[in-house]
Amino acid sequence: MSTFSILVDVKKCTGCYNCFLSCRDEYCGNDYPGYSAAQPIEGQSWMHIQEVERGEYPKPKIDYVPRPCMHCADAPCMGAVEPGVVYRRKDGVVIIDPEKAKGKKEIVDACPYRVIFWNEALQVPQKCTLCAHRLDEGGQLPRCVEACPTGALVFGDLDDPTSEIASLAKKLVVEQLHPEYGTKPRVSYVGLPKRFIAGEVVFADRSDECAQGVEVTLEGGGVKLSTTTDVYGDFEFDGLAKNVDYRLLVAAPGYEEARCQVLTLRDVVLGEIVLTPK
Amino acid sequence: MSEKVFTSCTNAGPVSVYVKDGKVVRIRPLVAEDKDFKPWTIEAGGKKYSPPKKFALAPYVHADRRRIYSEDRIQYPMKRVDFDPKGERNPQNRGKSPYVRITWDEALDIVAGEIKRIKDGYGGSAITGLTSSHHNWGIVGYKMGPFARFMNLLEYTPVLDNPDSWEGWHWGATHTYGFYWRLGMPEQYDLLQDALQNAEMIVLWSNDPDSTRGTYTGQESSLWRQWLKEKGVEMVFIDPFHNYTAAAMEGKWIAPRIGTDTCVAMAIAYVWITEGLYDKEYVKNRTIGFEEFKPYILGEVDGKPKTPEWAEQESGVKARVIRALARQWAAKRTILSGGARGGEGGACRQAYGTEWARMMVLLQGMQGLGKPGRSIWGTTMGAPSDFETWFPAYADLQGRIATTKIAKYLPVNPTKQRLWRLTLPDAILDPPVSWYGEGFCGQSLEQQFKHFTYPMEGHAEIRMLYRYGGSFMGTMSDTSKWVRMYQSPKLEFVVNQDIWFNSETRMADVILPACTAFERDDVGEWGSCGGYTCHASSGCNFRIVVRQQKCIEPLWESKSDYEIFTLIADRLGIKEQFTDGKTDLEWIKAFFDNSDLPGRISWEEFNSKGYHIINIPDNYTPTPSLRWFAEGRPCDTPDTNNPKRKTEKAAELGTYSGKIEFACESLKAHFPDDEERPVVPRYIPSWEGHHSEIFKKYPLQLLSPHPRFTFHCHYDKHADWLNDIPVHRIKKDGYPWWPARINPLDAERRGIRNGDIVCLYNDRGRVLCIAVVTGRVRPGVIHSYASSAKYDPLIPGRADSPDKGGCVNILTSSRMVSQNAPGMTPNSCLIEIEKWEG
Repeated sequence: MSTFSILVDVKKCTGCYNCFLSCRDEYCGNDYPGYSAAQPIEGQSWMHIQEVERGEYPKPKIDYVPRPCMHCADAPCMGAVEPGVVYRRKDGVVIIDPEKAKGKKEIVDACPYRVIFWNEALQVPQKCTLCAHRLDEGGQLPRCVEACPTGALVFGDLDDPTSEIASLAKKLVVEQLHPEYGTKPRVSYVGLPKRFIAGEVVFADRSDECAQGVEVTLEGGGVKLSTTTDVYGDFEFDGLAKNVDYRLLVAAPGYEEARCQVLTLRDVVLGEIVLTPK
Repeated sequence: MSEKVFTSCTNAGPVSVYVKDGKVVRIRPLVAEDKDFKPWTIEAGGKKYSPPKKFALAPYVHADRRRIYSEDRIQYPMKRVDFDPKGERNPQNRGKSPYVRITWDEALDIVAGEIKRIKDGYGGSAITGLTSSHHNWGIVGYKMGPFARFMNLLEYTPVLDNPDSWEGWHWGATHTYGFYWRLGMPEQYDLLQDALQNAEMIVLWSNDPDSTRGTYTGQESSLWRQWLKEKGVEMVFIDPFHNYTAAAMEGKWIAPRIGTDTCVAMAIAYVWITEGLYDKEYVKNRTIGFEEFKPYILGEVDGKPKTPEWAEQESGVKARVIRALARQWAAKRTILSGGARGGEGGACRQAYGTEWARMMVLLQGMQGLGKPGRSIWGTTMGAPSDFETWFPAYADLQGRIATTKIAKYLPVNPTKQRLWRLTLPDAILDPPVSWYGEGFCGQSLEQQFKHFTYPMEGHAEIRMLYRYGGSFMGTMSDTSKWVRMYQSPKLEFVVNQDIWFNSETRMADVILPACTAFERDDVGEWGSCGGYTCHASSGCNFRIVVRQQKCIEPLWESKSDYEIFTLIADRLGIKEQFTDGKTDLEWIKAFFDNSDLPGRISWEEFNSKGYHIINIPDNYTPTPSLRWFAEGRPCDTPDTNNPKRKTEKAAELGTYSGKIEFACESLKAHFPDDEERPVVPRYIPSWEGHHSEIFKKYPLQLLSPHPRFTFHCHYDKHADWLNDIPVHRIKKDGYPWWPARINPLDAERRGIRNGDIVCLYNDRGRVLCIAVVTGRVRPGVIHSYASSAKYDPLIPGRADSPDKGGCVNILTSSRMVSQNAPGMTPNSCLIEIEKWEG
């Protein structure tokens, strides 16, 4: 037994779309009998890139979250139809049988991740197969992983402790996309975008110099974090929770403290926080 | 039928091409045998860095299958319906009238007949021809091969190319540190190792290597930047747009107002001078003219000290930020990354871009350019590489069928007349035109001072244009004038030979369908340009020479360029002179035999296996760029074209003094009184910037950099999958629109929302785009990439029609960098933008 999967390191993804395009190249117009019918020339993205822009000028942050099929352990698509139409291979790959699944649009609707597409011409649901036909050849990677220039996509067997994916999964802080869906997705992520709060500290009496080394603390949601401003007077707290009331304190010797309350309904760029001398 | 696998190469990487039933079904990064790779290793900070055994292609290559079978392919020879070579030619209808299909014989007869008529009547100089770069890879089929050889036989008037991606470095930086043999960009040898071992900070100034890559080396270097990021090397991005590398690397983003980068650079120099934060020993021994530069920076020349506060006024960058950056730069071993190849970048493609590029060199000159971690490095070249083994590149004299010694016969073009690409429309519409500079001035500094006038005495005015491969509506400047040129009766005949319908294809009288490199045989080394960019394949983790095999038969009625020129030559009675008695396959074999590959691999094996990887030798010894200069030693890098190398002056740079010149001796000698490219660099406010009168009417600055998901105009429009990448195009109502990025403040003032169709306009034209409202552009700037291949005028044939394809270069100015520096200036462009109500 094995569990093949992909680990996505969002921090390494440059948003080049090589995975998206190579996936199309493999599947558009090409049949892989037993695994997938030909994907239409356009309209489907078995490897979809979600571009996430957070913050605002002058502190935007960009992340890319590649989304293939999650090959869930509790795959709702499997439960949506009679057994055998959608099945799990011994290596963990979830396959929609392109013949048996004809006409079964409910498979598309069953997926909370929305990574199953309806082929109107063929009347068949289809999705990422982790390039099962290539895995069968042995020693081959899914096309998306093969095309990734930075190692942001890591493919391997989660059950093999010597594999790169298994050791990374152990070493890094690994998350799932929407674990609350309860489907136990096998595809996992590192560095999924969270909320951040950023700002720039300025001394009112020395605005020609950046306020470096100023202590900034953030408290809220049961955590207390602190940092110091960098050479530009900038500070940043990333990895924060959504919709939490945080209290921010900026303190520098000889200056009045600055405090503010920040609700992370979105990412917050505070702009200049001006400290006045005591 | 089972699949067959062929090898090929693109302008961004080697590929394996899978063919079934005569049709390409799949294109993968070239699948090479594991044993063929011998990866290099760089040790730094207790870690070993080594590339994976694979080839990282540029994104668009994965869509090449769609490009081969594109609906935009020209399928048959065609003739404009109202063009009659023996009667009415109706040039005013170019761009407007439809076409009819004709046979190859008819087409070739017309083209050959027109060539003969014009050459006999007026001489070869009445014919000109125009190409663009790299719609295909492979040296035998490249424009410098068949096109050049054929046109030389006609004794045509060549069009000199402007160095469109690195104008300021070419026309400016060369006078500061030489490297004219690299067209103004510095050598890049072993700078990856230097960066990993020594750099503490990298300033990417007007540089987005994740978008522009190493020009031709795919995404090989994105892993290098990943390593540097993980190592904790600080990164600073100076760019009015929060570019894609900045997005991936994070770091500090500084967004100056367009046209004011020179101010920021000068203020950095001011901080270093007034705080003593520069390498005084280096400045004393390795540079000249500092005593002329320093008083200007301190304000002793013009009464304006170039303080950070002064720079803040102009650039909008806070003085304190400039001060902090300057101090950090001096305190840390800092690499300056001034464009993907060291030089390049949007800041050099604008009014007085020479001054910015010169300042880049001078800043690093003040910090000991060439010392460990103090390089000018684009982050896209300079991997360990075998620099000994030679395989011809397309720009090498020995890599072109037009100039190689393997040819028995080499046609020599006696015509001295020249045209300048940027002023070609003016030359046709309103001659005479004149300019300084012999195109790519890679032979000497003085080449830049050579004066040209068109028409040249004793030569004819142009009557025929042979357009080949590509389109300029989306890449040159003020491009509606190209439409006016095409409609001029002075152009009696226009032929367009291309693979796809491009922006200018429908301006021709006769259209000839060429095939892609996948439909013919060729050979080429990945990333290797040769010529003035020596050893460019060091941007690849592995050197690989690819036997580009014919994968499928030419589609529809297309033919290889080589065959088309052969057929025309045959009709002109010069077939033997053109082909040299060789087929294209025989040229490939001859290039192979003349290279260093025989002995390493047999022709038979190379031809059938399809590739050969050239690994680094076991005794590889790194020679970091300019370390020799910093240490006062003779040049030890393999920079073959450096004319002083291996001479008694080998420790010198390519300037007159052999040193870095704060006051340029070459400018002093030739243009001592030029106020626009003065002997000592100056900040000169843009002629189309925030001080201009027209700024009141058009207060937004257009920034149009090189694009991320197409190579110039070569993949856009022809590879439809790219239309599903929202960075590239965004579909709305079924149409793939070109994005224009706008700051929320500017959008709100104009009632523009994300996803609205907007009109970008000024007195030069109107272009429709789709609005992307984003905090990634500074207020006052509209970011929209150059290089749309889709010219889609609402009123075809009208030069003043709005274009809905996204050719934003319709809006840019014709004015050159400065009076004696004839470079293009797309980033000096003021516009207004409004919601398009249709």
